[in-house]
Formats: sequence, structure tokens, C-alpha cells
Amino acid sequence: MTAAALLPRLRRKRSAMPGLGLTLGISLLWLSLIVLLPLSTVFVKSAGIGWDGFWQAAGSERAMAAYRLSFGAAFVAALINLVFGLLVAWVLVRYHFPGRRLLGAVVDLPFALPTAVAGIALTTIYSQNGLVGSVLAPLGLPIAYRPAGIVIALVFVGLPFVVRTVEPVLEQLSKEVEEAAITLGATRRQTFLRIILPAIAPALATGFSLAFARGAGEYGSVIFIAGNMPYRTEIAPLLIITQLEEYDYPGAAAIAVVMLMISFTMLLVLNALQVWQRRRSA
Amino acid sequence: MSIRVEEVSKRFSTYPALAGVSLEIVDGEFVALLGPSGSGKTTLLRIIAGLDFPDSGVIRFGDRDVTDDPAAKRGIGFVFQHYALFGHMSVARNIAFGLDILPRRARPARAEIEARVDELLKLVQLEGYGERYPAQLSGGQRQRVALARALARNPRFLLLDEPFGALDTKVRRELRDALRIIHDEIGLTSIFVTHDHEEAFALADRVAILNAGRIEQFAAPAEILERPASPFVTSFVA
Repeated sequence: MTAAALLPRLRRKRSAMPGLGLTLGISLLWLSLIVLLPLSTVFVKSAGIGWDGFWQAAGSERAMAAYRLSFGAAFVAALINLVFGLLVAWVLVRYHFPGRRLLGAVVDLPFALPTAVAGIALTTIYSQNGLVGSVLAPLGLPIAYRPAGIVIALVFVGLPFVVRTVEPVLEQLSKEVEEAAITLGATRRQTFLRIILPAIAPALATGFSLAFARGAGEYGSVIFIAGNMPYRTEIAPLLIITQLEEYDYPGAAAIAVVMLMISFTMLLVLNALQVWQRRRSA
Repeated sequence: MSIRVEEVSKRFSTYPALAGVSLEIVDGEFVALLGPSGSGKTTLLRIIAGLDFPDSGVIRFGDRDVTDDPAAKRGIGFVFQHYALFGHMSVARNIAFGLDILPRRARPARAEIEARVDELLKLVQLEGYGERYPAQLSGGQRQRVALARALARNPRFLLLDEPFGALDTKVRRELRDALRIIHDEIGLTSIFVTHDHEEAFALADRVAILNAGRIEQFAAPAEILERPASPFVTSFVA
């Protein structure tokens, strides 16, 4: 069935932008094939073991600890990225200096680098004998094989999301609006807090959501630096892999379902917040 | 208060935007800076406002040398061509912005600020629009809000950069008349930039005609029409 048949009412009205039926149809088909179909098998698989089995696998102490760690670390990392990602975007947009393009390219490296490579490199640096770890460990701040190490890995993979979503919005911010604030007597701080920050807040929220979602599902870079101790430094994606290696496919699927639900709910809430914020200011 | 511009020069990378401009504007006067694009009129206005700084020369407000004072400290009101309203704030908060950001000691009480906002809304004939957002207003209404906002802190000078440039003819004329009335009512010294000589002559007490970073003539409209000081002035006002 085509989307046009599903949406007869939208068809009848003449629109200045034709093609809704066709493009929406293709979009739905595409999203179904690429996203929804694979994800639905996860639900089907986990349903095979019934409610009791499901909760035994997905609701165990060990799984609970893993969810807390995955989402908690992703949240902290996204917060850190919010601050420093904004700073990097600010520098890239506002100032012109030699090496600016190079710095811009460096920001994208976490996108391109195999995450395992990043994980191994970070572990090397932050372990007790590593370049940074050997300085921090004697101060009572061990990073590697601790939740802190997981946060660092997630900061690494999430940084480009914040920088790349905030950058274009910051670029479009009119200079006149800032100058208006200044001529009205505002200090730099007031201009930033009252004028610039509210204007880029939706972009910041988007960057935060993306970095958070990416961090919650991240596997490759984290497993090297985490230490992977059950209950303490074992992330949820790793727990899924562990179940798979023990041929407990429904159990793995059950944990995946819980992660999906949590992620989806959080992204929905963040989106709703943004819509609300935009309505208020439109 | 009077404004004195003494031998001000400014270069942008290679070409000179202003080449030794001097100008004296008396208290309460309404002056137009008129010239083709690239003549340096906007640069001159921005230097007076403190949004740009001259390479050489002095700006005086009264007897005080304000050349190095930042814009925030000059006690000016500035109106931008594209309104530059704060999109995330209501009309009332836009107008109150200059008062809301004052340090606690200097800030008027909440009720006083709201009274001031109402007074300004009335002045620009936008009573009852306080709770709207800039996106819900027409171009002419937005520029009225920008004007009210610029006046909120009782500036000594009102500086306007092509204030009618983005508006259609009818709205332009209405706003022009409104501006003249407001100027006469408050009696503050005002300078506006325009490239439209009819507008300049209709509105200003005196008009400074700029060309290539120099002032060709600074006189009352009638005198410019009777005795143009240079062939450029003759052709520009023709």
C-alpha cells in the first residue's frame, strides 16, 4: 500500500509543494527497512522467553548496574561536551587565526576514527603508567578502569555532535543583535547569558541529545578503558555481547529492548522540550 | 548635548572609510548623514556610537573626550536597519532590556520599569503590544519597538542607521513623521544615516553629505539646494 492511499485527505488539497505522498511513502519504507525492521526483531526475539524470562534477563542486578552506568556516564559526558563543545564552536566561528581549518578538521576525527583505536589510545594515555594517568593516579584520581575512564571515552566520541550542531547556528547569529545589547548597556557576560545563549539553546539541546544517545550506545571505545568489572564498570552494550557469547540470544535481546526504550523515551522528552521552547519564542 | 567629531580617520584593510572628517552637531539638533553606499556615513555613525573605533581623531560629547569609551558607557540609543530585536523576548522585555540589566542598586523597581515600558509603547503608538513577540509584528511595528527600546534609558543621543531602509514607502513615511514628532517631544540630539536625499531633506535640521570618506557639505536643506558646495552635491541631490 502506498502512503498516498493511507493519507487520502492530504491528497485532496492542492499544495504549493507537491510530492508529499511519494516522498513520505519512500521515507516510511526506507526507515522501515533500515531502522524499524531490524529493531523489531529485537522485540520479537526477546518476547520468546515470556515476561518472567524477560525480567530475569533484563531486570537482574547486574543489568541494572549496567544501565545506570551506561546512561549515567553518557549523561555526564554529554554535559561536559555541552560546555567544551560550545567553547570549541565559539572559537571556530568567532576568531580567525592560522590553523583554524586544521582545528576544524581535528574536531571531526572522532567521527572517522575506528572507536576501538580511540579506546586503546585513551587507555594507553590514562592507565597508571600512561602519559596523563601517571600524573593523575598519584593525586588519587585514577581514570582508566573506572567510570571516569568511560566518561572520557564518551566525551571523545560525542564532541563532534555538539560542535557541529552549534557551529552553524552561532554563525547565523546576527552581529547587530549583539551590538544592540551592547548599545543598551549590556556587559559581555549579560550579552552572552541573555542574548546569545537563549538563541543557541535549541542547537545546544540537539547536540546534547545526539552526544547522549551516541554515548549510551557506545561500545568500541569504552570496553578498552572500562575494565569491564560486572556491577562496577560494565556497560550495558558489553553485557549484551557477553550474553551473546553465552548463546543467550533472548537475554541479550531483552537488555537491548530496555536500552531502546530508555533511549527512545529520553530522546522524545528532549525533543518535546525543544518544541516547547521554540513555541514559546516563535 | 553637543557632539564634536574632530579629524576622524578610519581605514578598512586598504581603502579609507573616513579621511579626516570633522563635524559639530549642536544640542537638540536632528542631523542626517547622507551619501552613496561606501561613502563612510555608517562608519561615522558607528564611530560616534562606539561600535567602531577611529584610527585617529577625537569624538567629544559636550566637553568630554569619549573616543575610547565603549558603546555600553556612552549613553546612546542606537536603532539598526534590520531592527535587531531579541527574538526570544516579548516586546515589553525587549523595551525593558536596558533597564532590566542595570545592576541592582541602579535598577528601578519592577513596577517603575513596567510603567516606563507602557509609556514608551504609547510614545511609539504600540499600546497593548507588550506581550507579543517580534516575529508577530510587521516591519514598521518592529522598528517602532526598536526605537522604544533605544529610548528606554533616556539616552543623550539617538543614533539611527538607515532606520527606514527595510520598509515600504507608506510605512516609511508614517515612521518618518513619528520619528520627527518624537524627536521634537523629547528634544534629544539625533543623527540618522540614509542614502535617500528626499528623506534626509524632509526630516533633518541639517544634512551632512558624504562622499568617499569626506564631508562635501554640512548645511540646512534649503542652503544645500540653493548653494551646493561641489559638483558632487549638485548631482547627488538632483
